[in-house]
Amino acid sequence: MRFMVLVPGSPESEAGEMPSTELLGDMTKYNEELVRSGVMLAGEGLHPTSRGARVRFEGSERSVTDGPFTEAKEIVAGYWIWECASRDEAIEWLKRAPFDGGVEIELRQVFDAEDFGEQLTPELREANERLREQAAQN
Amino acid sequence: MSPSATQRAIDAVWRIESVRLIAGLTRIVRDVAVAEDLAQDALVAALEQWPASGIPEKPGAWLMVTAKRRGIDELRRRVTFERRRELIGRELEILQQLDQPDLAAQVDDVQDDVLRLIFMTCHPVLSREARVALTLRLLGGLSTPEIARAFLASEGTVAQRIVRAKRTLAEAHVPFELPGREELTERLSAVLEVLYLVFNEGYAASAGEHLIRPTLCADAMRLGRILAALAPREPEVHGLLALMEIQASRLRARVGPQGEPVLLADQDHARWDHVLVQRGLAGLRRAEELSGTLGPYTLQSAIAACHARARSVEETDWPRVVALYDALAALTGSPVVELNRAVAVTMAFGPEAGLELVDSLADVPALRGYRLLPGVRGDILARLGRLAEASEEFEHAAALCENQRERELMLSRAAACREKGPCAA
Repeated sequence: MRFMVLVPGSPESEAGEMPSTELLGDMTKYNEELVRSGVMLAGEGLHPTSRGARVRFEGSERSVTDGPFTEAKEIVAGYWIWECASRDEAIEWLKRAPFDGGVEIELRQVFDAEDFGEQLTPELREANERLREQAAQN
Repeated sequence: MSPSATQRAIDAVWRIESVRLIAGLTRIVRDVAVAEDLAQDALVAALEQWPASGIPEKPGAWLMVTAKRRGIDELRRRVTFERRRELIGRELEILQQLDQPDLAAQVDDVQDDVLRLIFMTCHPVLSREARVALTLRLLGGLSTPEIARAFLASEGTVAQRIVRAKRTLAEAHVPFELPGREELTERLSAVLEVLYLVFNEGYAASAGEHLIRPTLCADAMRLGRILAALAPREPEVHGLLALMEIQASRLRARVGPQGEPVLLADQDHARWDHVLVQRGLAGLRRAEELSGTLGPYTLQSAIAACHARARSVEETDWPRVVALYDALAALTGSPVVELNRAVAVTMAFGPEAGLELVDSLADVPALRGYRLLPGVRGDILARLGRLAEASEEFEHAAALCENQRERELMLSRAAACREKGPCAA
């Protein structure tokens, strides 16, 4: 099973401040553990939202807003992609991450094509995945 | 936390900790059977205590300390006069470790122990089957019933295989140590072989009703990632992991809606798993950077990468695939590789050239009864328009298939040839 772990932003991450040396060290150790256990497939940190943009959809209208964005809670600052045997294993790994201060980290299971079941007709599935393939090759 | 939630959390902790636990304990007691028993005892203690006390803050450390305490008792019990001095020294070492509040300091030690354990469970003194079963059990964290299900064997057979393997290791006094430089290549290739056997059993189930068993592939890849982290300078470790990841990226596309196999040429590339493709290609680059001459797994992953990079079968760089197969055939001398090479030659230089190669393999003893020999010959004959002969070859191949899904595919290809060309002969 594949999982995505979403790490929310903070005023510090939004200001582009690097975490303390101590936290960086703990995080490096934690990442090493994930790699050594064969769990981590990918993981990246994101630039502050000041370097991002939002696109709003309304009918045929597309309006673009440049960052920064203010609602820090809704901002994603980084993510991991893990391969685990179960949701419980993923939770157990997440509990070991070096976070503090009331921050909440979200764990989500990644869809397999099989999870869509009947909702996704073969034609829709094919179209969907063709687009995804093109995106991956660009 | 409800009892069942605690139970599930303990399972998860076990999944994460069992390898390091067993490896660390093997270093102390020098016997994998005793080490596994101690680890299991610690797990039982956790099952008894954690529902009431709550899960400790560092569950892995808790298990290790509990198991080591029991390990010391075990050592005291087993101690014989002549071994006493040696064991007293080791006991002191363990007691000192127990005094350290933070076990994280020992992580690097434990990492080496895990590597020692892998070399032990893949030791040449064991049969291949025993290596596979013991490695899945001690390093993959699979239970005996899970291993039995994976290999379609009875639980009793697998349990006995594991017990015997542990006994063989003990009786042969296989040391708990990393192989020396001079035997490293050979021993490492034994380890890689075990991982690839597990992967292949998941990727192309040799028997039974289902074509693939994805969890076995996932187990093999997880072990491959662990090994790559433990031995990051070994090109073939990265080569094998890349090979598994690139092949596994096609798992979803390899099986049709009715569970039937879908050949590479007919696969919808959009269904490939692109996270695995990217990881595989990156792993291959690392293997190539570390290699002098490319080893067999790196060559195979380079071939798999040619397919992964191509947008379609027609756009595949077939001459490069042929060149890689040339190198692989020279390295391994394997007739199966020669057969694969014939397929690549067919695609690169036409079916006549391919057929000539396949026919040169007709009398090779190692390929007698091998289902893919008539399967490939049938495919080439079909390309040449010799449909009646092709149909016969596919039927021959079907008779040799042990996997039901594969057999059905061969029979349907035979039927398609008959329909298309009744007068082709």
